[in-house]
Amino acid sequence: MNAIELNNLDISYGDTQVVFDVNLSIPTGESFALVGESGSGKSTILRAIAGLAPNWTGAISVLGQPRTHHVDRAVSRQVQMVFQDPYGSLHPRKTIDAALSEPLAIHGIGNRGERVEAVLKSVGLDQRFRFRFPHQLSGGQRQRVAIARALMLEPKVLLLDEPTSALDVSVQAEILNLLKRLRREQNLTYLMVTHNLPVVSFLCDRLAVMRHGRVVEIADVSQLKSGQLNEPYSRELMAATEGT
Amino acid sequence: MSKPLLEVENLRVSFPTHSGRVEVVKGLSFTLGRERLGIVGESGSGKSMTGRSILKLIRKPGQVTADKLHFDGIDILAQSDRQMRDIRGARISMVMQDPKFSLNPVMNVGEQIAEALVTHQKLPRRDVQARVIDMLKAVRINDPERVAKLYPHEVSGGMGQRIMIAMMLIPEPELLIADEPTSALDVSVQAQVLDIIDDLVTRKGMGLILISHDLALVSRYCDRIIVMNAGRVVEECAAGQLENAQHPYTRGLLAAMPLINETRDELPVLDRTQWAGT
Repeated sequence: MNAIELNNLDISYGDTQVVFDVNLSIPTGESFALVGESGSGKSTILRAIAGLAPNWTGAISVLGQPRTHHVDRAVSRQVQMVFQDPYGSLHPRKTIDAALSEPLAIHGIGNRGERVEAVLKSVGLDQRFRFRFPHQLSGGQRQRVAIARALMLEPKVLLLDEPTSALDVSVQAEILNLLKRLRREQNLTYLMVTHNLPVVSFLCDRLAVMRHGRVVEIADVSQLKSGQLNEPYSRELMAATEGT
Repeated sequence: MSKPLLEVENLRVSFPTHSGRVEVVKGLSFTLGRERLGIVGESGSGKSMTGRSILKLIRKPGQVTADKLHFDGIDILAQSDRQMRDIRGARISMVMQDPKFSLNPVMNVGEQIAEALVTHQKLPRRDVQARVIDMLKAVRINDPERVAKLYPHEVSGGMGQRIMIAMMLIPEPELLIADEPTSALDVSVQAQVLDIIDDLVTRKGMGLILISHDLALVSRYCDRIIVMNAGRVVEECAAGQLENAQHPYTRGLLAAMPLINETRDELPVLDRTQWAGT
């Protein structure tokens, strides 16, 4: 069964169409990357899957179930999203404990205290952070909290929108290691948006290169590692990465 | 090399906290000629504070002290605010990180660039306009007449950053400080923007201080690199010699970067206790 399947997906914001005819199937347990420059529509695809960009046509199915256009409780138990900016994605006036308990309260799940403790442990945060506020944490710690919050409902699929681009390289390494370990331990499927090709090489199995709202190439990560991407635009991206 | 453009000796920047003053830059010294110097380090290493203190942009209660902070023979620390205003922009200018927050949203691009010029030079209006258009061409903006009439929200991030560079370079400063000039941009645009900076800096024989957390990028665009950690310089080397860096912190940073042909199963992580500062 495929974790995520997109068929002839077109997505618009108002009158502007931003994603054109995207077809993707991501098997369960795979880590898949969407790469491309800003405005290529990669984040929009994640938002549509999460139910945040409701104006689409075509078909999205998640773990075999067709998806509706809006935020859906059943889907959010299986699919969770981690956003780019750990400074913006946590409520500044809620403690870490409150932020992590909220998804449980919404879904009527009990045993919250223990679950919060367990998830903090699995993302490598000490229990003393539990009753702190986001401003008392560093960027890397906040991103760990954001990942912890996504894991609260024990989802099968994580949508990662540039999870490390706001972080320093040394902190990025910690978060990437964490994501890799979590995927192994909890058998998660990742769909990650990034423009950093080395990150793809470290964390993903396959990638799709996007430009102007279309997928131009789907490749295996081994092709990326050996520099054997076919499309000229993919090669351009690679050249830009290798140069810097 | 002739007389250095910038001489910094024992620069210290501190801020008051509940538990006394905390030094964020702890005794930094370097000299800069007409060359390209890179300052690398993580968040909180004091690299931006170094850049800001050269322009005397650190406001109270922050405090800057130095045994020597000379720009072209001028003692920066002894300058009054008014005197600094003649130096800022005209002789030293600074490109900030994010064009979205650094451009004036209610002023069109052409006017903003012109403002940077006429603040320091009296010129006839027609000449100003011509200089603005030339400068936009120099930062490789197609159709500069049209772009000059746009407002910042109507241009892309990469274009906004090029506009900011145009604004900073139009008074023809001798020293450009670029503080993370490309970290808000896409990889594909990053290289373009840095090539433009590099090209203009080399052509005009300016000094450049490039502040970034990206080691690879700095080693590509600079002649010399200073690696900072917790307010101190931990390593200074020629850009080409970065792979042979000695200090464990620099080596740690280099190793933590994933590679395009990554084979490691886990990335090495910095052991912070070794340099425990903050």
